Amino acid sequence: MNANADPLAVGGGAPPKRARRRSPDRAFRYYMIAPAVFVILLIGLFPVIYTALKSVQNVNMFDMDTSYQGFIHYKALMSDTRFWLALAHTLIFVVVALPAELALGLAMAYLFVDRMPGRPVFVTLLVLPVLVSPIVAGATWRLMLDNRYGPINQILGWIAGEEVTLLWLVDPNLVYPAIIIAEIWQWTPFMFLLLWAALSNVDQSQVEAAELDGASWWRTFRLVVLPAIWPVVAIAVLIRALDLFRLFDVIWALTKGGPGTMTETISIYAYVLGFQQFETSYTAAMAFVIIVLLAVTVTIVLRRIEIDR
Amino acid sequence: MRLRPERGLGLVLRFILALVVLVFFLFPIYWLAIISFKTPDEIFSFPPVWWPEAIQFANYAVLFKDGDVETIGNSLFIAGASTLVATLLGTMCAYSIARFRTGGNMFSDWIISNRMIPPIVIVFPIFLLFVALGLVDTYIGLIMLYTAFNLPYVIWMMRGYIQDVPVELEEAALVDGLTRFEVFRKVVLPMVRGGLFATAVFTFVFAWNEFIFALVLTRNEVTTFPVQVTHYFGGQSNLWAKIAAMSVLGTVPIFIVVAFLQRFLVRGISLGAVKG
Repeated sequence: MNANADPLAVGGGAPPKRARRRSPDRAFRYYMIAPAVFVILLIGLFPVIYTALKSVQNVNMFDMDTSYQGFIHYKALMSDTRFWLALAHTLIFVVVALPAELALGLAMAYLFVDRMPGRPVFVTLLVLPVLVSPIVAGATWRLMLDNRYGPINQILGWIAGEEVTLLWLVDPNLVYPAIIIAEIWQWTPFMFLLLWAALSNVDQSQVEAAELDGASWWRTFRLVVLPAIWPVVAIAVLIRALDLFRLFDVIWALTKGGPGTMTETISIYAYVLGFQQFETSYTAAMAFVIIVLLAVTVTIVLRRIEIDR
Repeated sequence: MRLRPERGLGLVLRFILALVVLVFFLFPIYWLAIISFKTPDEIFSFPPVWWPEAIQFANYAVLFKDGDVETIGNSLFIAGASTLVATLLGTMCAYSIARFRTGGNMFSDWIISNRMIPPIVIVFPIFLLFVALGLVDTYIGLIMLYTAFNLPYVIWMMRGYIQDVPVELEEAALVDGLTRFEVFRKVVLPMVRGGLFATAVFTFVFAWNEFIFALVLTRNEVTTFPVQVTHYFGGQSNLWAKIAAMSVLGTVPIFIVVAFLQRFLVRGISLGAVKG
């Protein structure tokens, strides 16, 4: 927060004027936030309260029992294998895709940090996947990975020297790589763009000095470059981790959680429960667990990385 | 990371590597686009053809004839209206936070934390609320929801831009007898015009590309384009032409708009973490 963030309220104008304006100012600042706060409460307060409320009742397709039922759904959730598996699938995507995107994004940022002919064009074109709707990205990879009419198997066939007919979206061994490739394709450019901007802002003279002192590339990176780009890395990782944790669209377009429930994430499972099986209270309990899980994790992470506001 | 531009082999290698990277990231987009121009025979030829005999627009013509393109219009209206409202309300709120520290850090943290709630958690209670209010499958329902969903982003971004405006200008305007709101409208808004425009565009892109809310809260009347694309997924795979053509129709406008915004790209997608 910068030092003169509040100058108008305390210091501005001539003293008599300030005295006269004080109370209208106080009202003004709240008038200005009131409409926005009112609308945000629609998503920030109502759903949370409603979810908490429904989760201790027993509402489903056949039963509209709104009496207090205690924590039966939370108990059921704890022994719901499908829920734990969905959580595990979600974490697999976070743990595999996120480091891959970070590493590739950083490598690309290094590739483009020095001048090169056509660099602005490269950077602009590289960012296009980020702007595509995740549903379209999923659809695109569905067409790319088709076992017969897709170009991926065709290219693999050229390399292998024989016909390749991998069933990317059906074969249990290939379906994770398929989804993760689509995720990496869409979001590595996001990492790249942020890290590229951060790298470009690193103080060159410090890097030069470290190199003159004979520091290895790795030492220079760890002691000079990394501390400088750390705040951006932290923000980028946080944004992407939260996105991956809610992963839905790309999987919906590629496998709908299949084969079976092999690639079902918690978002997909919650959708199936709430909108196909109409287990209102049970879904609410699950949603509430997700909210608490996220809130705790994010708070801990933010404490640890201490992002400068 | 060097000051002297390199020459010779190093640069050539780097350039070649850059081309390889570019091909990986652009080829899928090329493939999607080229399918939309193929005939059914070419789409389902084995081995796949990489360039059709002739560019033809029959796949698009079908979408126009059947009225499927109306979903693009729905997306345009919903994303446009919610962007307008979110930008207006969000900028007002951001001004109050930036200039008066209204609510302190707690309030700012609370606002941005709303951005982090997974849509699947919100959409379920919202669906039940909308059923009760009769807002399912209406423009106003989705517009309200996208406005709420985008407000934290607008507030966060605009707060950054407004903090960069020198306070002296506003003080001078106050002394000249403008009211607080006039200062906001006539002094501050023109100063942050660029940032405001960029924020609006990214807000628009979020709403345009959004899927879960649209999937749950629309039926037939206000279907948006990503939902329409998923309608073509099904048992029979002969709707590839429609998937491709519809996807292209829904993607090209975004590419064009953002091409004009390169200057704001980094800041826009990083929640202002990097001042681009």
